[in-house]
Amino acid sequence: MQLNRDFLPSLAGLFFYMNEKLENIKKLTVSKPLLLDCKQTVKDFPLAYETYGKLNEFKDNAILVFHALTGDQFVSGINPITKREGWWVTAVGPGKAIDTDKYFVICANVIGGCMGSWGPKEVDKKTNQAYGLNFPVITIRDMVKAQETLLDHLGIKKLLCATGGSMGGMQLLQFCATFPNRTFSAVPIACSTSHSAQNIALNELARQAIMADPVWDKGKYLKKNVQPKNGLAVARMVGHISYLSEKGMQEKFGRKLQEKADYEFSFDADFQVESYLRHQGFTFVERFDANSVLYITRAMDYFDLSRQFKGGLVEAFKDQKTKFLVISFSSDWLYTTKENKDTVIALNASGADVSFAEIKTDKGHDSFLVNEPEFLKTLKGFIDSMYIKFKNEKRI
Amino acid sequence: MKKEFKVIADLLPKNVKVLDVGCGDGSLMSLLMKEKNIKASGLELVEEKVKKCIYKGLSVIEGNAETELHQFPNQSFDFVILSQTLQAFYSPEKVLKDLLRIGKSVIISIPNFGYWKVRTKLLFFGKMPVTKTLPNTWYNTPNLHMCTIKDLFDFCLEKNIKIDKVIGVNEDKTSEITKSNLEMKNLFSKLGIFLLS
Repeated sequence: MQLNRDFLPSLAGLFFYMNEKLENIKKLTVSKPLLLDCKQTVKDFPLAYETYGKLNEFKDNAILVFHALTGDQFVSGINPITKREGWWVTAVGPGKAIDTDKYFVICANVIGGCMGSWGPKEVDKKTNQAYGLNFPVITIRDMVKAQETLLDHLGIKKLLCATGGSMGGMQLLQFCATFPNRTFSAVPIACSTSHSAQNIALNELARQAIMADPVWDKGKYLKKNVQPKNGLAVARMVGHISYLSEKGMQEKFGRKLQEKADYEFSFDADFQVESYLRHQGFTFVERFDANSVLYITRAMDYFDLSRQFKGGLVEAFKDQKTKFLVISFSSDWLYTTKENKDTVIALNASGADVSFAEIKTDKGHDSFLVNEPEFLKTLKGFIDSMYIKFKNEKRI
Repeated sequence: MKKEFKVIADLLPKNVKVLDVGCGDGSLMSLLMKEKNIKASGLELVEEKVKKCIYKGLSVIEGNAETELHQFPNQSFDFVILSQTLQAFYSPEKVLKDLLRIGKSVIISIPNFGYWKVRTKLLFFGKMPVTKTLPNTWYNTPNLHMCTIKDLFDFCLEKNIKIDKVIGVNEDKTSEITKSNLEMKNLFSKLGIFLLS
């Protein structure tokens, strides 16, 4: 594939401008020492977060959202850094499925990320330089443990609900296993209890694309104020292919040509689908750090809940009082209905209270992010009914 | 049929754990939770009905009882309920075995093909019976294995399934069915409700 290397000449400048703006967002300095799975202990690290709506006097209307691989804490409204809409505006906001007029919504940027939380582009106090590959390899459990401190900081003992799709769903399952009964209800969406071989393979493709870019320079590119944008763009393209379904892609693009009547007999983007992927790739590099992709995809690959507990998954979910609703999408081939059902089976085997719904759609893994009315109605119906139950339980 | 749900509710003790297989829109589960403080979960094939349950805050799993009962561990429920669907499975025997594995007890209701109106339709008109409890015609009925109360009774004896109680329902009237009154009740009950273990 040929990518135009001068596509965004001012990219590095833009990226560092973003870094300056990151000073003005909400951040918690986590002072409690955190023992990472790689055995390093860290403390006094930043955790960037955002909240929407108001916490009521009973503190029983809080909903924690876990973001996916390339997400951040800006769930709804306009992201103040990128000036684009929040990644889940379809589901979260005033009058939406997760209604911020009614609920207090919290989302934190994962550690390893690049929207203000402790990650590979943060400055290592020991060397006064960006961590790069000196950043420790983190896990989903590390991410979740860091975020739990935010709940303490906000004074929330028990959440009404916690939810997340894709890696967000994986964090949620980890959260429920590590901190049982910290949430009244949970909606894991399009996720699994361990990363499949196919998903590890796709992540490896993304990482190899980044590492094959000479600008990457073993992760030290930040010293030169640059980003391996070509590699990072290809990594994002891989992701975008996996988020759509075969049928959805065919219907959206087919063999349509991009603003031209005939083939150009060149390697420019003749087809609309090529143009779409290039656009997705290049807009991504404006807002994301390549090393963060390496670290976060690694955390996803290492995720295997059954490995953490001697008795496997049954043990992981034992003694759960949390009410689960697992949601899958019929055309999702990244986290298939079967994988989601395996989570349901494990929850059932542990005696947990679990519901499951498969949404019939052609929109693939992306279904939870786009406007998919049946999904949004189900999400809203569940959360609203859980709020009534939670209030009854707590306020009697 | 509301009467059927009432009979099932009466068969159940308070505070038990119940799985309703083919729970529909969750009417029975709601009734059991309200009247008996029962912890109910459902399994339902139709997406629309699954959503109705979710909106009501009921626990429900979207899935096919014919192929997905394996997900429930042995003896994980006090009671498993199967309302008027046994005859619709490809393999009722396999499903029934699974139900008895999952539940300490099983409640099964069947539309009775031995009911006199059903018998007379076939006898006098020579056509497959269409009644209130059996509203479909031969070509679009989901019922693959129609049976009578007597058939299921005999089946349980043959397979060494313990029959704890059988109740015949005809409109608003219910009566207990025993070996001695089986012939008559098989003729006059629209519905049979079996408590097995």
